[in-house]
Amino acid sequence: MRRVLAVLAGLLTFAVLWEGYKAVGSPDGTVLFGVRILPRADDLSMPHLLTVLRRLGRPELAGGDPVWLVVLRACLFTLGITAAGFAAGALVGLLLAVAMQRFRIVERGLLPYVVLSQTVPLVALAPLVAGWGGSIMPPWATVAVIAAYLAFFPIAVGMLRGLQSPPAAGVELLRSYAAGWWRTLVKLRFPASLPYLFPALRLAGAAAVVGAVVGEISTGTRGGIGRLIIEYSREATSDPAKVYTAMLGAALLGLLVAGAVSLLEMPLMRHRRHVEVATL
Amino acid sequence: MPRNRIIAAVAAASVLVLTACGTADTPTATAPSGALLPVKLQLQWFYQAQFAGYIAAVDQGFYRAQGLDVTLLEGGVDIVPQTVLAQGKADYAVAWVPKALASREQGAGITDVGQIFARSGTYQVAWKTSGISTAADLKGKKVGNWGFGNEFELFAGMTKAGLNPGKDVTLVQQQFDMQALLKKEIDAAQAMSYNEYAQLLEAKNPATGKLYTADDFSIIDWKTQGSSMLQDAVWANTAKLGDPAYQQQTVKFLTATIQGWAFCRDNAEKCRDLVVAKGSKLGKSHQLWQMNEVNKLIWPAAGGIGVVDGAAWQQTVEISQTTRNQTGDTVLKKAPEGLAYTNDYINQAIDRAKAAGVDVNGAGFQPATVTLTEGGA
Repeated sequence: MRRVLAVLAGLLTFAVLWEGYKAVGSPDGTVLFGVRILPRADDLSMPHLLTVLRRLGRPELAGGDPVWLVVLRACLFTLGITAAGFAAGALVGLLLAVAMQRFRIVERGLLPYVVLSQTVPLVALAPLVAGWGGSIMPPWATVAVIAAYLAFFPIAVGMLRGLQSPPAAGVELLRSYAAGWWRTLVKLRFPASLPYLFPALRLAGAAAVVGAVVGEISTGTRGGIGRLIIEYSREATSDPAKVYTAMLGAALLGLLVAGAVSLLEMPLMRHRRHVEVATL
Repeated sequence: MPRNRIIAAVAAASVLVLTACGTADTPTATAPSGALLPVKLQLQWFYQAQFAGYIAAVDQGFYRAQGLDVTLLEGGVDIVPQTVLAQGKADYAVAWVPKALASREQGAGITDVGQIFARSGTYQVAWKTSGISTAADLKGKKVGNWGFGNEFELFAGMTKAGLNPGKDVTLVQQQFDMQALLKKEIDAAQAMSYNEYAQLLEAKNPATGKLYTADDFSIIDWKTQGSSMLQDAVWANTAKLGDPAYQQQTVKFLTATIQGWAFCRDNAEKCRDLVVAKGSKLGKSHQLWQMNEVNKLIWPAAGGIGVVDGAAWQQTVEISQTTRNQTGDTVLKKAPEGLAYTNDYINQAIDRAKAAGVDVNGAGFQPATVTLTEGGA
């Protein structure tokens, strides 16, 4: 209950800030020494929130579906891509972490490349992956690949830290019981890694959303919210509120995914200590 | 029991994934192609009237009648059509000539086999009250440009008018909407006649509460300034052009493409509907405007649609080699080598289209007057 109230309070604060700035901010923004330090507050740059909400109710095109329905459908489509990318990324990340924990040499050899993988710009990656669409996989799956590519990283790194987290005493105890690697992994390392896994999953969830949205924009895959953002932003000249409806959808998608990840966490983490973990 | 919880969590996660995947599947209607030859055409952007001729040729069965099963591939922000073509992921691609020539110089083996747009649709738009009506008037003004190789007509135009683009004007990187001009952040904005210019006329003037009209703006049309460059053309794979089967396929493809564009010249509204039915998010009046403007770039085609005009080609290549943008780069370092363009296939296609009774010149083409509505709806 308190959480719901907190969310509502957050939304209200945002609305007040937005409309408040519109009321007091200069329509031309504030420019200091040729650098714009405050954005323009005119209707073209910052439409009233009410205008955006009204736009949600009006048809997208004359005689078409209302915008909220189009945005919702696009969100669901992208949610599917995000989930597929998230699942694939989580699996790959998990396997990599286990392999790196098991073999020191794999960790030494692979970890730098895992880190390096995230410095490859999406602009370079996207056209390559987009070419697979239609031939070896459906076009939406190429976007899921991009999402997975961003999502696997926090899980691989976080999970590795988690698997390495049991104290030496615990590892030695299991060894004294003559427990093999697999048993130690299942009985000790996995449970110990959970507090590290969930923050990593949250990061991965966010990364998967970003990957899916950017991947759609990049490859032009139709149906999702990323594509909708770019299509609506072309109409920003004459219909500025429309752009914000798509952005609202993207924000909603982020919240949905974050919520879904916390749901995963609940049954597993009820009795465990929460620790502050920085995965990087 | 922690194990049960783990299983429950995994089950919940997989259900989530599975249901979500279900919505991601789009029904792909692939008709049995029979003896049809599969052909992929890579477009430059999302479906819009700029590509209406190809869309119509698919919809009206012109390609099918030539024995081709053509799939149109939409573009995206990071999709470079000529690269997709050179990598063999498409059989043909639609691309602007200067950009495709730049890719050729970097090793892409592609050839212009059909110059569908004979004219350029690039404008520089300013407020009428600003007094800007020629390239020379841009001196001392804030000039918006898109960059990424879309800016060379503007730079050539300014150079021709005696300005030094690097010194005499303030260059501003422009977004792909026209807000900067409307907010008067810049004095003149780059615009395509068939897209961004229409967006201006679909926007409401807050002072009057009505839409802006053509009287509010002045246009510098690079066609009239001698600095225009060739734009949308059909590109083919140069190496594959040595193969007689691909040559035949190219002629067939171009024949049906000509039919498609001729159809859209004579049935602009029907083509508008086809584009809208393809799921374009741009409104109906905007698409009709675009269809009409695109038709103006093609028709009338004195030498026949798609034939590369040597003089226009030369002008494009010259500007590509000599005009420098703000970073001092030219599009091309040297003249294009090898088979950069050929009229062999388009001429055969024109003969075939003529034999089938298609008007390939459109001498009597009259552009329509399109009224834009707010937001292009």
